[in-house]
Amino acid sequence: MNRAKRFPYLFAAPAILLFLAFTVYPIIASFVLSFQERVGGEYVFAGLKNYTRLWNDDIFWTAMQNTFIIFVVQVPVMIILAMVLANVLNNQLLKLKGFFRVSFFLPAVTSLVAYSILFSIMLQEEGIINTALSYIGITAIPWLSDPFWAKASIIIAMTWRWTGYNMVIFLAALQNIPEDLYEAASLDGANKFKQFFYITVPQLKPVILFAGILSTIGTLQLFDEPFNLTGGGPADSTMTLGLYIYQSGFEYFDFGYASAIAYAVVVMVGILSIIQFKIAGDE
Amino acid sequence: MAKNLEVIEQSTNKLTLAERQQKKPKKKKNKLKAVWMYTLLSIFLVVSIFPFYWMFIGATNDSSKMFTNPPTLLPGDQFMTNLTNLNESIGIFRVLFNSLFVSGLYVVIALAVCASAAYVLAKYNFKGKKFIFTAFLLSMMIPYQATLIPLFQMMSDFNLLNTYFAVIAPQLCFPFAIFLLRQNFLAFPTELMESARLDGASETRIFISIVIPSMRPALAAASIFLFMTQWNNFMWPLVVLNTNDMYTFPVALSSLMGLSYIDYGQVMMGVTLATVPIIAFFLTLQKQFISGMLGSALK
Repeated sequence: MNRAKRFPYLFAAPAILLFLAFTVYPIIASFVLSFQERVGGEYVFAGLKNYTRLWNDDIFWTAMQNTFIIFVVQVPVMIILAMVLANVLNNQLLKLKGFFRVSFFLPAVTSLVAYSILFSIMLQEEGIINTALSYIGITAIPWLSDPFWAKASIIIAMTWRWTGYNMVIFLAALQNIPEDLYEAASLDGANKFKQFFYITVPQLKPVILFAGILSTIGTLQLFDEPFNLTGGGPADSTMTLGLYIYQSGFEYFDFGYASAIAYAVVVMVGILSIIQFKIAGDE
Repeated sequence: MAKNLEVIEQSTNKLTLAERQQKKPKKKKNKLKAVWMYTLLSIFLVVSIFPFYWMFIGATNDSSKMFTNPPTLLPGDQFMTNLTNLNESIGIFRVLFNSLFVSGLYVVIALAVCASAAYVLAKYNFKGKKFIFTAFLLSMMIPYQATLIPLFQMMSDFNLLNTYFAVIAPQLCFPFAIFLLRQNFLAFPTELMESARLDGASETRIFISIVIPSMRPALAAASIFLFMTQWNNFMWPLVVLNTNDMYTFPVALSSLMGLSYIDYGQVMMGVTLATVPIIAFFLTLQKQFISGMLGSALK
């Protein structure tokens, strides 16, 4: 092989080798591990044992349910808020655009652990949020000690962090929609609402899909927030799949079982992504 | 004033034909609309910014001040006390060094690895190229947690637990960064490479002296993306690091909340120290930062 031909392989080699060692191998190894159990310090083949255990594991289903609830509430709320903000910021009448844009984006640059801890302090029974609520006549909410409100806390915190991020994505996409589409529509007598649903939304579809998929993968892997904000409690009400994988693997050191949970997540990410592509590709 | 006029002029220019015919009533409507918009934005502004302010209040006050009614809304004088306490609990300078060192080293190596792979994937034809690229793309769909346990076993088998290497190595080849950089390299004019080749430049030389310099904005965005990934990384360092002196910032912060007595003043100080540098960094490099964090979404 001459030098010019060898060049691309040489340059791609570090990435490929690292990829094989730290991505491909672990993915295969964890698949194998999910069919194994530990007997006297050695991992031996256990058939479908981990998976049948998973199927009958209440905590796993609770985690699934929690993840699902957080996903179904948080993602739409966040995307709608982001969309509203992006539309307002895209208005020509508005001044201080840059200022608002940066301010709304700011939460997205905080570290996941730092903002989770910050919210866990603000949301305490006697914390600033309940104090503020007491001034508008709302009695103290048991944010972190009630199963319902604990989920709400996670949703609120995540929405705080990610709305501005998604808003910036939508804003960039809005600015790419050609102005004359709107002009033509308003000449045809379409009002603002019609314009929004018949021009803005379809034009933004790829971007909404992108935000949707990122959020799907993000929610299914949710770990930092429940770990630091609620600790998965009370009574597993904010246990997520990510947290359960961590606990099974590194608190109970049941690597086989943790791998089985991880693979359940892999399958779900795959299915959900396909569904989202299908929905988006239908029209 | 002149600027205001300009803005008004711009917006009038953009009015449509239909709107121009009924400009007068529109003006009043616009004013109302503006009031409505600013109100909405102000509410969101307070919600976005207040937690940062509160973090600062917490960092400069005594622990108990965070739970008073009426609330403490002014900075206090406990800054140094909280900093000293925090340093005693987690060794803040060591932790800060760990995080900066790990993130910095990671950016340098990962950028070199990802950029060179992205470059050949964008600009060369070779056997297996499509397969490699597809594999990278598909792996982006795999949750990180699916690789967690074998990676841990691997580090444990090679006696690499509790080392910087263990923290950095697994994500050095970062498919999303490769994807992002490849998009940018695709736009680089191939003719420039051709003419350099005719001048006798080697392939490596073309990459280093011609392509790289013109790709600075993309590389800056990718660096920021990689830096933030590593700076925020929590689960993996939590798993592989096990002594205080090796902890990265997120792991150390989280460990503070696990103590039997939680001193909220020092926790808030920790949260502030973990946040302020990144905000300063973000405010100075807004444009690169946003495009870095959004990846190719803006392209």
